[in-house]
Amino acid sequence: MKLDLLQHLNIVRASGDRCCLVRYVDRDEAILVTDDLAKVPAAIRPSVEKAYREDRSVSVQSEEGAVFVQVFNPPLRLIIVGAVHIAQFLAPMAQLCGYHVTVVDPRGAFATPERFPEIALEVEWPDEALAELKLNRRTAVVALTHDPKLDDPALDQALRSDAFYIAALGSRKNHAARCERLRAEGHDDVTLKRIHGPAGLDIGAVSPPEIAVAILSQITQCLRQPHLRFTP
Amino acid sequence: MDDDRLLDTAATWKANGRKVAIATVIETWGSSPRRPGSHLIIDDAGNMVGSVSGGCIEGAVVREALDIMEGAPSKLLEFGVSDEQAWEVGLACGGRVRVFVEAVT
Repeated sequence: MKLDLLQHLNIVRASGDRCCLVRYVDRDEAILVTDDLAKVPAAIRPSVEKAYREDRSVSVQSEEGAVFVQVFNPPLRLIIVGAVHIAQFLAPMAQLCGYHVTVVDPRGAFATPERFPEIALEVEWPDEALAELKLNRRTAVVALTHDPKLDDPALDQALRSDAFYIAALGSRKNHAARCERLRAEGHDDVTLKRIHGPAGLDIGAVSPPEIAVAILSQITQCLRQPHLRFTP
Repeated sequence: MDDDRLLDTAATWKANGRKVAIATVIETWGSSPRRPGSHLIIDDAGNMVGSVSGGCIEGAVVREALDIMEGAPSKLLEFGVSDEQAWEVGLACGGRVRVFVEAVT
């Protein structure tokens, strides 16, 4: 691959736009496809569209030989509401899994760079912060504050987006009360089922890092096995 | 490091004057540990980042990569438990994987 093609690819990826690399393996040739699928030979265009949709790079046979379609979807993001103890473990773990992590907490004593080195921090109220972050189907949102004043507006925003994972910490009893409040904001039962509450897979997690593992496991499951998304 | 960031590393290494090869998983069968699109980036000193397997075939890929960054043509490698070569390099998971190795030029 030519260095200038590689650099062009890296610039497009950094911009947050989707793109794909179509590689003719047999003759060692690659083309970069940005927004315009017209550059893609018609015979493999359906494969490119499917690869984007499923976020899965794929080898296909075409009349011109073997082709590898490598897709680059916008980056995965995790928005953590609540700069709390669990967040201090969840944020770096999620970064290791490839997520761009933002921690939102208007309480300045919690959201400090000392507590969250190398993590993007937002000290606005969650509804304003989440509106600016433009949640999409590559975004996960988890509310960890236990405080309805902070969690509820974040969940309200998340439910109005395509976020692939939405969760909130708290007991089943608290979650039921939370759903009642959000129902009053206009969310119906089907929509409210999108919230995983309590957050995380049931693996008996006790300590903050273990709870972070449980949450990140559930995020991974929703990303990779979306058909299981509504399983409690 | 996640796979997308590996391509930034490849470009940086090359721009800094190193010889660089990119190995990419392009097809898998069975229980291969790395998805298509996974990368291993190699330089001429044998430094490597990323992975194309659980560690079983990286050594063999690096050997090919060193030739390719010195001017040998790009190459499609295939590893699996069903062939002799695989027993030597040991894809213990039982899967098969096809890896494309190319130089950054």
